[in-house]
Amino acid sequence: MASSYNAKEEDGQLSGAAGSGGVGAGKSKKPDNTAFKQQRLPAWQPILTAGTVLPAFFVIGLIFIPIGIGLFVTSNNIKEFEIDYTGIDPASPCYNCSQTLTWNSTKPCVCKVPFTLEQSFESDVFMYYGLSNFYQNHRRYVKSRDDSQLNGDASSLTSPSKECEPYRTSDNKPIAPCGAIANSLFNDTLTLYYINPNGTESLVPLQKKGIAWWTDKNVKFRNPGGNNFNLTAVFQGTSKPVNWQKPVYELDTDPENNGFINEDFIVWMRTAALPTFRKLYRLIEKKNNMIPTLQRGNYTLDITYNYPVRRFDGRKRMILSTISWMGGKNPFLGIAYITVGSVCFFLGVVLLIIHQKYGNRNNSAEIPN
Amino acid sequence: MAPEFGESGAVKSYKLKKRRKKQSKKDSKTRTVHSNLLYSCAKGDENPNRHYAHNNIKTTKYTLLSFLPKNLFEQFHRFANVYFVFIALLNFVPIVNAFQPELALAPVVFILSVTALKDLWEDYRRHRSDKEINHMDCLVYCRNERKYLEKYWKEIQVGDFIRLRCNEIIPADVLLLSSSDPDGLCHIETATLDGETNLKQRQVVRSFSELDCVFDPTQYKAVIECEKPNNDLNRFRGYMIHRSGRRDGLHKENLLLRGCTIRNTEEAVGIVIYAGHETKAMLNNNGPRYKRSKLERQMNVHVFWCVIILVVMCLFAAIGHGLWVRQYGEHRPLFDVPSPEGPALSPALSAVYLFLTMIIIFQVLIPISLYVSIEIVKICQVYFIHQDLDLYDEETDSHLQCRALNITEDLGQMQYIFSDKTGTLTENKMVFRRCTVMGEEYSHDANARRLATYQEADSEEEECTSKAGTLPRRDSVTSHQSVKVMHRSQSTKSHRRTGSRAEAKRASILSKHTAFSSPMEKDITPDPKLFDKVNECASQLYLMRSQGQPMNHLASELSDVIDFFIALTICNTVVVSSPNQPRHKVRVRLELKSPVKTIEDFIRRFTPSRLTGSNSSSSSSLVTNRSTHKTCSSLLSSPSAESTLMGLEEELGPAPRREAGPASPPGGDGELRYEAESPDEAALVYAARAYNCALVGRLPEQVTVELPHLGKLTFELLHTLGFDATRKRMSVVVRHPLTGEIVVYTKGADSAIMDLTRHGSTDENRGKHQRKILNKTQNYLNLYAADGLRTLCIAKRVLSKEEYACWLKSHLEAESAIQSREQLLFESALRLEKNLHLLGATGIEDRLQDGVPETIAALRKAGLQVWVLTGDKQETAINIAYSCKLLDHEEEIITLNAETPEACAVLLDKSIHYIQSKFVNNTLNPAAEDFEVDFTPFQIPSSSSVHRLGLVIDGRTLAYALDKRLEDKFLAVARSCRSVLCCRSTPLQKSMVVKLVRNKLKVMTLAIGKYCIQRYIIIILLINRQVLYIEV
Repeated sequence: MASSYNAKEEDGQLSGAAGSGGVGAGKSKKPDNTAFKQQRLPAWQPILTAGTVLPAFFVIGLIFIPIGIGLFVTSNNIKEFEIDYTGIDPASPCYNCSQTLTWNSTKPCVCKVPFTLEQSFESDVFMYYGLSNFYQNHRRYVKSRDDSQLNGDASSLTSPSKECEPYRTSDNKPIAPCGAIANSLFNDTLTLYYINPNGTESLVPLQKKGIAWWTDKNVKFRNPGGNNFNLTAVFQGTSKPVNWQKPVYELDTDPENNGFINEDFIVWMRTAALPTFRKLYRLIEKKNNMIPTLQRGNYTLDITYNYPVRRFDGRKRMILSTISWMGGKNPFLGIAYITVGSVCFFLGVVLLIIHQKYGNRNNSAEIPN
Repeated sequence: MAPEFGESGAVKSYKLKKRRKKQSKKDSKTRTVHSNLLYSCAKGDENPNRHYAHNNIKTTKYTLLSFLPKNLFEQFHRFANVYFVFIALLNFVPIVNAFQPELALAPVVFILSVTALKDLWEDYRRHRSDKEINHMDCLVYCRNERKYLEKYWKEIQVGDFIRLRCNEIIPADVLLLSSSDPDGLCHIETATLDGETNLKQRQVVRSFSELDCVFDPTQYKAVIECEKPNNDLNRFRGYMIHRSGRRDGLHKENLLLRGCTIRNTEEAVGIVIYAGHETKAMLNNNGPRYKRSKLERQMNVHVFWCVIILVVMCLFAAIGHGLWVRQYGEHRPLFDVPSPEGPALSPALSAVYLFLTMIIIFQVLIPISLYVSIEIVKICQVYFIHQDLDLYDEETDSHLQCRALNITEDLGQMQYIFSDKTGTLTENKMVFRRCTVMGEEYSHDANARRLATYQEADSEEEECTSKAGTLPRRDSVTSHQSVKVMHRSQSTKSHRRTGSRAEAKRASILSKHTAFSSPMEKDITPDPKLFDKVNECASQLYLMRSQGQPMNHLASELSDVIDFFIALTICNTVVVSSPNQPRHKVRVRLELKSPVKTIEDFIRRFTPSRLTGSNSSSSSSLVTNRSTHKTCSSLLSSPSAESTLMGLEEELGPAPRREAGPASPPGGDGELRYEAESPDEAALVYAARAYNCALVGRLPEQVTVELPHLGKLTFELLHTLGFDATRKRMSVVVRHPLTGEIVVYTKGADSAIMDLTRHGSTDENRGKHQRKILNKTQNYLNLYAADGLRTLCIAKRVLSKEEYACWLKSHLEAESAIQSREQLLFESALRLEKNLHLLGATGIEDRLQDGVPETIAALRKAGLQVWVLTGDKQETAINIAYSCKLLDHEEEIITLNAETPEACAVLLDKSIHYIQSKFVNNTLNPAAEDFEVDFTPFQIPSSSSVHRLGLVIDGRTLAYALDKRLEDKFLAVARSCRSVLCCRSTPLQKSMVVKLVRNKLKVMTLAIGKYCIQRYIIIILLINRQVLYIEV
């Protein structure tokens, strides 16, 4: 109150003086008559009428349905084969391995899973391994890595980030690569044999390079020590992850695919978003236009069974798949397009009928107060 | 009187002081104020006033040191802030595995700091305005220098004597001890406290009003005992203990409140009673109440739901996580990374951790940006409101002021508008239109024509304002001149008195006072018939007096006519002033003259038949001797003598013009001005003046009236029983100078007066006549009301000496009562105001404001329900409602008038049934009108409109309808009506209606009110955070 009456009094006197003076010498307080200040800026307010809504529905329907059909057909043309080799079923060849295997077992367990391809795979084939019930998206798991170490940072190599705990050091030596993700690297080895009609086995050539993202391979992941190809020396003083059988510099013999830039490793380090996932394992390139990449017939999958999943009730799969311009087999997108398109079309029809039948009445009705 | 007390007084006061000390330790219910001049040092230990708050005010919330903690503490009252800080801190807990916890702090810190800066700036502004106020100047009596010295407001202390000049703001609550006004009056304007712009009279403490010398603070030795500081503006009780031990009662009429402005009083001296934060104004000022808009409240609800959803989600996730972890048992899967500290967590613990983690993950669910963006949107909205050309007034060069920034968006949400009539729909400019005297109607056609010309003039507003001088309106010119010659002692108000309506409007906005009326209200053209009658009557009286006949033998009709005008003139609280001189000069002149002219009633005055013991009239005439303007009086006496001569020569020029004397400045016309508490009173006085019955002076104890032929008559004012809303009338008790009778003149609402007149018929013949007049008058009143005029009835009662003595005894008892004094005075007034003799009635027009019908029509078109709450008579209200398009002739009107609560209940039930059947009928057959509607006195059949109903309810019925049992029904009826008109409602009822609608219907309401009656609405709404201050 005290403050306000003073101010008011002043105001009154000021304006009073101006008023009684007759001609207002001061600036007029009149607001500017501009489009902005008077809120007359051009504006568009869509008004939905039958004339705009009905065509929109029909157009959406007519566009979406063909796209959906196209996607669906493409997806259906992709050939995919999937085989579960976990060995839960006692009849399965890998049953023994799955039962006995732990992380501590040193002797590799090998099993062979035979399968038959009903169709030949014509174009390039991608070989995946798939895991189920494996929560690579677990929060603590996702965080448990040291990106600077993986990028070849020397100091991080010797003292990895705290995020890696408890897979940071082992025997007082820093782990390289540290963290839970690296520690749980998928280490089954899969080899594929084609059983010729005459009964002999011939190895299907699997290409292990070119399965990782280019940026991962060339930018994100780098071996420490720069161009020093003697990785053994570079990783001197570090320890292998507890679950690994070999240290990181022995992942491959090819120096371009060894250490942190091993592509299997890189693929694994890119964590999956869902507990059931597949990761690219190998490529089977089409060699010859005449022969399909994978003929129909019998095959054997040789598995060096190193990766125990029984503890968390997991499943391991091997997937063979061709791809198209829209990627792997995914009928969902096509179905979604077709569904949306049909719904729009249907609604358009319904609204059209309603409009035809009742539209005229609305025009005559008065606007309710 | 002070000097003559000796030692005994001092001892007494010492004892008293001692007693007070004891008292204050036990129960300090009172405050004792001594004069500071008695003590050498104002802050000294012996000064009993030292404990009281000084006048330095501090409304700031923070100091430099306390700002940060206090501001943060206050900000954390907002739930959202607490939440955000909690989230930000949670980010730092390692267990929740948050990414980049520092980033989470940024928005919270930003919001907190922006708000803090805003608060800081506001506080700084408060600090500056405090400083400004604290450093305002005021004259304080200094003990050492023995004169008044300029001091800052903040240096004023309780017990100081301060001298206030005209137009000064009162620095503290001051007990008025002396006034330059010879009657010991001081006029203040309380607009800053309650918004009332009329002047209020304050009176010098009784014992000091009789002092015959200039008040000397050093002689003041009395002790004041009064209440502890409280926030009741309308209450002040206490007493002053003189050295002699005599006690004088103090009441609110003696107190000048801080923040008010002295008007029309050259000088006033008082002692500070409450200072600084203990003043009533400051105690009433609880700081700006934080009003939350509907949007904000809704937002809080939504945020609350968000929180609940968040908690549910997090709980769900946490429980799920716990179960999931448990299913793996002892064997941890590969991907379940053990905690860094060591062994794996138990499922329960990891669930708890996950809960916290989830809160972080889902924190976006509660939008921190919402609060910020809403603030920004509001600022933009206020900006656009300010910039709106439609809300700009060209004439005053002012635009809309938005006082409450945080509730602007509620404007668009209004569903109900409550408005009072007077001052909002109407201009509150009362124009006398017609009157009825003794059952005979005088239509004042000429006056109506004159008003019509004013309306025409309005259409040519521009011309009027640009070259007012060319128009034959002397007032507009002179008023400008008078502004120029105005000196300090004169009120700034004078420039209100302007010519055209447009100018008057501007002036009213500028000066914010309404004490002076525009010429439209003043220059009333008398009705020739009535004018003749008055003259005839007055000349007869004159003849009778000159022939020495007793005055009571005048024909009753004629005497009633003259009585009617006397009542119009004196039955009010109008203050007379002259535009160019301080008010008391005019009075001086009269004082000098009265013994010359009315020597007979001077003799009568001092006869032993006087019942009032006080000899104030004689002392008040002595008071003139001490007037500082004594020199002028001799100058002024000659023209006034001249004027009386003119009166004797039966010249019938307009009486007030004759007042213009050579002493007045050449620019000013010496016209008298009337300042009234309500514009009605002024209108009536101006009307009477048009018939040459002019009020020329008013003192607390006497009223001087100038009558044609008779000249100036001085009525001894025995009592004034002020207007109140319950009685709806006011009365004065005077001794008639011609007949010597004690007469009660009463003026009031027709319902209030008519009921009191009916019993008064003792003599058969006279009674019959009286009844006839009553009926006739009632008819005319109804006509007036139908015309939308405000009606007032004038009545008188002649008291015999015995009656008066009897009443006086009880009245004096009531006056002196300490407890429930108001109630006793009320009862006393009721005892007096009975058996009245009706004199006549008046019709006053309250003109509609510009654009009111259009506005109401627009509001109704927008689907708003408009309720008008008025104290007017039902017919008047309905008529105004029609003219302002609140009611439509298409509409059906439901009128609720009930005498008893039961009847009211029945009526409401019937209305509900009627409305329901109406709806049903309308859907079935819109033309059907065959059902009975016996409770609607007048009903306009509607065939086209579907549910266009209007509700009219009167005050009494409203009181019943607002009862707990009936309010739902009342609302049901009111809701189905497009507009509601509550007439004859009291202020309290108005606020109750608003409260009821808001609470029961849960809708946004906007109540508009300006004047004193409507204060309740505003106050109530302030409490409930609904009012919007929109000033154009």
